[in-house]
Amino acid sequence: MELLDLTAVELGKKIKSGEASVAEAVKAALARAEAVEPEINSYVTLDGAGALAQAEEIQKKIDSGELTGPLAGVPAAVKDNICVKGQLTTCSSKILSNYIPTFTAEAVKNLQKAGAVLLGKTNMDEFAMGSTTETSYYGPTKNPHNLTHVPGGSSGGSCAGVAAQECFYALGSDTGGSIRQPGSFCGVVGLKPTYGTVSRYGLIAYGSSLDQIGPVAKDVADCAAILEAIASYDEKDSTSVQRKDYDFTSALTADVKGMKIGIPRDYMREGLDPEVAGAIWDAAKVLEQNGAVIEEFDLSLVKYAIPAYYVIASAEASSNLERFDGVKYGYRTADYEGLHTMYKKTRSEGFGAEVKRRIMLGSFVLSSGYYDAYYLKALRVKALIRQAFDRAFQSYDLILGPAAPTTAPELGKSLSDPMKMYLGDIYTISVNLAGLPGMAVPVGKDRKGLPIGMQLIGNSFQEKTLLRAAYTYECATEKQYEAPADARLSGREA
Amino acid sequence: MAKQYETVIGLEVHVELATRTKIFCGCSTAFGAAPNTHTCPVCTGMPGSLPVLNKQVVEYAMAIGLATNCTITRVCKFDRKNYFYPDNPQNYQISQLYLPIARDGYVEIETGGTKKKVRIHEMHMEEDAGKLVHDEWDDTSLVDYNRSGVPLVEIVSEPDMRSPEEVIAYLEKLRQIIQYLGASDCKLQEGSMRADVNLSVRETGSDVFGTRTEMKNLNSFKAIARAIEGERERQIELLETGKTVVQETRRWDDNKENSYAMRSKEDAQDYRYFPEPDLVPIVISDEWIAEIRSRQPELRGEKLERYKKEFDIPEYDAEILTESKSMADLFEATAAICKKPKKVSNWLMVETMRLMKEHGMEPEDLTFSPENLAKLIELTEAGIINSSVAKEVFEKIFSEDLDPENYVEEHGLKTVSDEGALKAAVEKVVADNPQAAADYRGGKEKALGALVGQTMKAMKGKANPGMVNQMLREMLSE
Repeated sequence: MELLDLTAVELGKKIKSGEASVAEAVKAALARAEAVEPEINSYVTLDGAGALAQAEEIQKKIDSGELTGPLAGVPAAVKDNICVKGQLTTCSSKILSNYIPTFTAEAVKNLQKAGAVLLGKTNMDEFAMGSTTETSYYGPTKNPHNLTHVPGGSSGGSCAGVAAQECFYALGSDTGGSIRQPGSFCGVVGLKPTYGTVSRYGLIAYGSSLDQIGPVAKDVADCAAILEAIASYDEKDSTSVQRKDYDFTSALTADVKGMKIGIPRDYMREGLDPEVAGAIWDAAKVLEQNGAVIEEFDLSLVKYAIPAYYVIASAEASSNLERFDGVKYGYRTADYEGLHTMYKKTRSEGFGAEVKRRIMLGSFVLSSGYYDAYYLKALRVKALIRQAFDRAFQSYDLILGPAAPTTAPELGKSLSDPMKMYLGDIYTISVNLAGLPGMAVPVGKDRKGLPIGMQLIGNSFQEKTLLRAAYTYECATEKQYEAPADARLSGREA
Repeated sequence: MAKQYETVIGLEVHVELATRTKIFCGCSTAFGAAPNTHTCPVCTGMPGSLPVLNKQVVEYAMAIGLATNCTITRVCKFDRKNYFYPDNPQNYQISQLYLPIARDGYVEIETGGTKKKVRIHEMHMEEDAGKLVHDEWDDTSLVDYNRSGVPLVEIVSEPDMRSPEEVIAYLEKLRQIIQYLGASDCKLQEGSMRADVNLSVRETGSDVFGTRTEMKNLNSFKAIARAIEGERERQIELLETGKTVVQETRRWDDNKENSYAMRSKEDAQDYRYFPEPDLVPIVISDEWIAEIRSRQPELRGEKLERYKKEFDIPEYDAEILTESKSMADLFEATAAICKKPKKVSNWLMVETMRLMKEHGMEPEDLTFSPENLAKLIELTEAGIINSSVAKEVFEKIFSEDLDPENYVEEHGLKTVSDEGALKAAVEKVVADNPQAAADYRGGKEKALGALVGQTMKAMKGKANPGMVNQMLREMLSE
């Protein structure tokens, strides 16, 4: 079996047993990336030399017994909005195109402690604003399952990279669906943890009250292992939560007997592609056959989630992105006279159109005279959405539905109609507003061969319920991780 | 008949809190370090950094709130105030707008024998900005983020003051309370206490407020008083000539004794305040408030009562010494060493205050140590130096905090009590001043003083004046 076909946990076992070396795994991933990057563009930065150097260090620690975890020696990639000390971290924006952080994000430090080899930084929508990875300053990432389609976004580079076997797993970030939607489009498993589970220290903020870092993985077992590695209470993040359970891998039992699963009718109605709907119902049946109790219910308020989200996230973003001003770091315009011209030109030249749109929107909703009408109202909607979920979780252990209304759209078809693009976030966004854990799991493909993902939503701190249901589904369908069939991606040697 | 005008003044007072570390990170707040050495990713606004609230800031703010009779907000939150300026590394300041930590308080002031309450509208916590340094040579601006993130409270009064005297009394009262709490050193000159003055005028008897202006850059009590007078006159003149006062922010230039407009209300920025999502609300319990109350140090009133009981000093002295915590601390520390409170009080009340006035200093600017003042008192009491030498040595202690024992030794200032040496000097003085000697002998008691003075001068001030006096009398009566 090819090393690249292994899941992260499988590779970890082979490294531990000596059947494979860390360097071999790194070289395989690098060779694969080298072959497919011209087509896919998953990475902003691929650091081959650095990865090989890490491989040597980590191999020593594994050999000496210092590193024993399931991910020790496994090569991974990190989304480019997560700081790694000494490594270019751009948020896929021109304005940070020269920014090298002086510190490493807590989640990445946790991965390093678990023995990860960092291959590089993955492409994304600029500042995580977008659903297609087409707003990147470094060009779009393409869907490994069909290169004329987008990988989704904003964690498109992380999801495409895992799908195309350019790394064994990756970290993404999710503010409104940015892990789950591209996970669904690329046929990989992605999880957005309960708000506060993974430290945001070192994650370059988009919408601070919504952002969470999470795993992008080949299968559910990998997903659990990665989450277990990155989740921690961090004093440096005031919104970090001290949890009782960090043993996510203990949830990997194929047993959903008696589990009550609700399917929101509001998620399965018009606007949902029939092929996607079919795949979701089929997945639900699989869980039902394994003993889960499936019911439909009305979640309500679904249509208010999008406007509330875009108000809150844009408001926070408009403030979070103020620090990119050409004064301290990052891009500064070449010609200017005086401070205000410098600010104006730097930001006009440094930010892309979608980012500017959201900064304007966010600045508007916070302006005096509009604050109550927009921002405060959006906060009230957020609270009501949380209440609607609370009610649902009185009856159900988890909620099942689609991750996105369609499979991956074609490249170049989304940005011209931002309203339509925003509507694509309808199933994922309310999960962030409510701070809940959500997970995307591949459940099949459409006629064009594009992956379809189901979304599982749990109550706060119920990641284990999600993982158990997803794992049960995976075992029951004997779904194995499958590399994309696209002919142009046969970059590996025979 | 000319119209009578009343001045209406409200203050916004910023106070830098005396925490060891900054409000949202672990960097030192120490003053005077090399630029950008007390910085980290948080206080320089690096992407991905997050603020973590310093608990001590909340406790100081609570203590000030309680001591100024405010209601403590049980669930208080931080908000972001957005504005672009290079000294503000994130281009937003973390402050409090919607739920400030304290509201609805007052302090009592006294001017010209009249007591009055000045109400406090609210007090909030916030972070200070960095400092811009303009390099004229290079025509560039440099920024030092050492001060970025130093904790502040802003105390906003109601428009309850009517004169510069009331404003100064209010500021002195605030400073006294805060210094006693140990929450800040409140040095106006160093900027650890800064006041912005909101001022309007109206015809006496009117109950509607006039249009107000805000004045900034006031860094001494004198500047504040001058700025108030200047602005009052400016506004009255506008009204008298049929013009209107424009609501604007003005900058006071104390050298020119003039203010000029910085920005009008129309250009006022929209700060787009919203709740800071990186910080969680602060929940303040009854227990926490009780704990802060119980930890409250001795305030001025209690200290005054104790001084009256504990120390044998005049009530007037006790009042003056306790007016400032720095002065009271200096008094107690010195008295504890030399056990002569009355002498200590005299030195502080007379010589220290004289020199402070001469140098335009506040008690908190004093730099000499209680040890050296105590030593000086002991040298004087033991008769090792005389009182005029002591005054001279004290000036050195006051300015350089030097050790008086060493200084007296090195400069040979010990009182000469050696009879032989004194006798020789006295004999010479009598011989050189036959007229004065004759006058004394002839019954002019005053002439003795001149002779004593001459002798002291000949001895370079070091003679024991009692002995000189005695010797002269004996010699001239022979």
